[in-house]
Amino acid sequence: MTDNTTSNKSIDVGEGAAIPHKSDSGLFTAWRIAFFGAIGLCLYLAFGKPDSYMAIFKFIPDGIVVTFKVTIGSILLAIVFGLIAGLGRISTNRFINGLASLYVEIIRGVPLLVQLFYIYYALGRFVKLPDMFSAIIAMAFCYGAYMAEIFRAGIQSIPKGQMEAALSLGMSRSQAMRQVILPQAFKVVLPPIGNEFIALLKDSSLVSILAVSDLLRRGREYASETFSYFETYTVIALIYLIMTLFFSKLIGIMEERLNDGR
Amino acid sequence: MTADSQIMIDVNRVSKFFGTFQALNDVSFTVRDGEKVVIIGPSGSGKSTILRSINRLETIDRGKITVHGMDVCDPKVDICKVREEVGMVFQSFNLFPHKTVLENLTLAQTVVRKRNKSDAEEIAMELLRKVDISEKAYAYPAKLSGGQQQRVAIARSLAMNPKAILFDEPTSALDPEMIGEVLDVMKNLAREGMTMIVVTHEMNFAREVADRVIFMDHGKIVEEGTPEHFFTNPTHDRAKLFLSQIL
Repeated sequence: MTDNTTSNKSIDVGEGAAIPHKSDSGLFTAWRIAFFGAIGLCLYLAFGKPDSYMAIFKFIPDGIVVTFKVTIGSILLAIVFGLIAGLGRISTNRFINGLASLYVEIIRGVPLLVQLFYIYYALGRFVKLPDMFSAIIAMAFCYGAYMAEIFRAGIQSIPKGQMEAALSLGMSRSQAMRQVILPQAFKVVLPPIGNEFIALLKDSSLVSILAVSDLLRRGREYASETFSYFETYTVIALIYLIMTLFFSKLIGIMEERLNDGR
Repeated sequence: MTADSQIMIDVNRVSKFFGTFQALNDVSFTVRDGEKVVIIGPSGSGKSTILRSINRLETIDRGKITVHGMDVCDPKVDICKVREEVGMVFQSFNLFPHKTVLENLTLAQTVVRKRNKSDAEEIAMELLRKVDISEKAYAYPAKLSGGQQQRVAIARSLAMNPKAILFDEPTSALDPEMIGEVLDVMKNLAREGMTMIVVTHEMNFAREVADRVIFMDHGKIVEEGTPEHFFTNPTHDRAKLFLSQIL
């Protein structure tokens, strides 16, 4: 991994909807305007212009459920992949380390959309899985590589003395990892995993090309029947926006709770 | 110390390199059952390295270390068994911050010694009383002062019923007013007959408690003897210079 060590200047720009922080008041009010504005606009469209919009709002809720299923399924599986690969990346066993590093390097070097196609159709050659299942596996496999780096960094952020103390009490390396290192690392990785969750929620729209009836695909189905493309995609965009803003707020609150604790 | 008491730790002609830097140069000494050995020397002299080699937190390049007859460097020996018998107290305490004081003491007891929870807690509470900090049993380490944390760390080590304890500069990270309370706990341990190897800069502690003082410089043992001999009449110039600087 070529971490950016050559330059000690670095800027930190989060991808996806930023988790608003209290100190960042500009973003905080922007969040309010966007969130309540989007909800207000939805209500206005549904009830103010029911002829064009009410049918859309009735047509797409199935898609929201599918989007959630894909997102939650993918993030859970990605955490499993990421933890395994992350532990592999810090392993002293050269084979395991090499394998995990290769996974991370390859996945991060191929566009997500290409990977989705590839894994989906590669899986299809060997096993016949329900479409949603294949899509979840494909998403999780990709996000697992990013998650692996989060876990690696999280584990390595725990001071060396913690492992030494556990070992000197007679614990094995894996006992020390489970009992001492990982519980502390989980607290560190929770905020970046929250960010990944929001990024994944948005990227889940890519599965609409894989015959999975998520929010975006439901929109496309509706639009191609009624030819009301503008109205449909307005609603789709607003719903994605409300969802990501809602979750970024929720994760922000969770993070604050975590910091308030011990 | 009687000459026939059992050899607990045997360090035999140990050398270690960090790259091209030789951290340990042909170091040999033995520690008998119940003996208290204090290792002193300037920083970078290898005193922490040799201590950490005894429970294989550092690997050595040449020589042999045995603990209670077990070869520490032999890959076939289960190093966890050695570490169960040899406690270690660190300069930076290294308490587990996500666990309460009590849980810090019970974790290894239940996971390694396979004691049940109530037995482990009983032992833990008794040890916390012994280091005079039982009122903090349910607090998290971050709420404790440095001296309190180090006393908990000593109790955590004792909870495994070790045959010997290694102290790696246990008071170096403490504010001056907290050093005394930690040294008192260590002196009590010494009186009870615990086998101890202590790396420290506390010369009064060495004078009072040590059966033997080992002075190291540049990875070598320069001088070894009783505290009276070492502090009043050191033979080696390097030791004289060190004492004149520190006393």
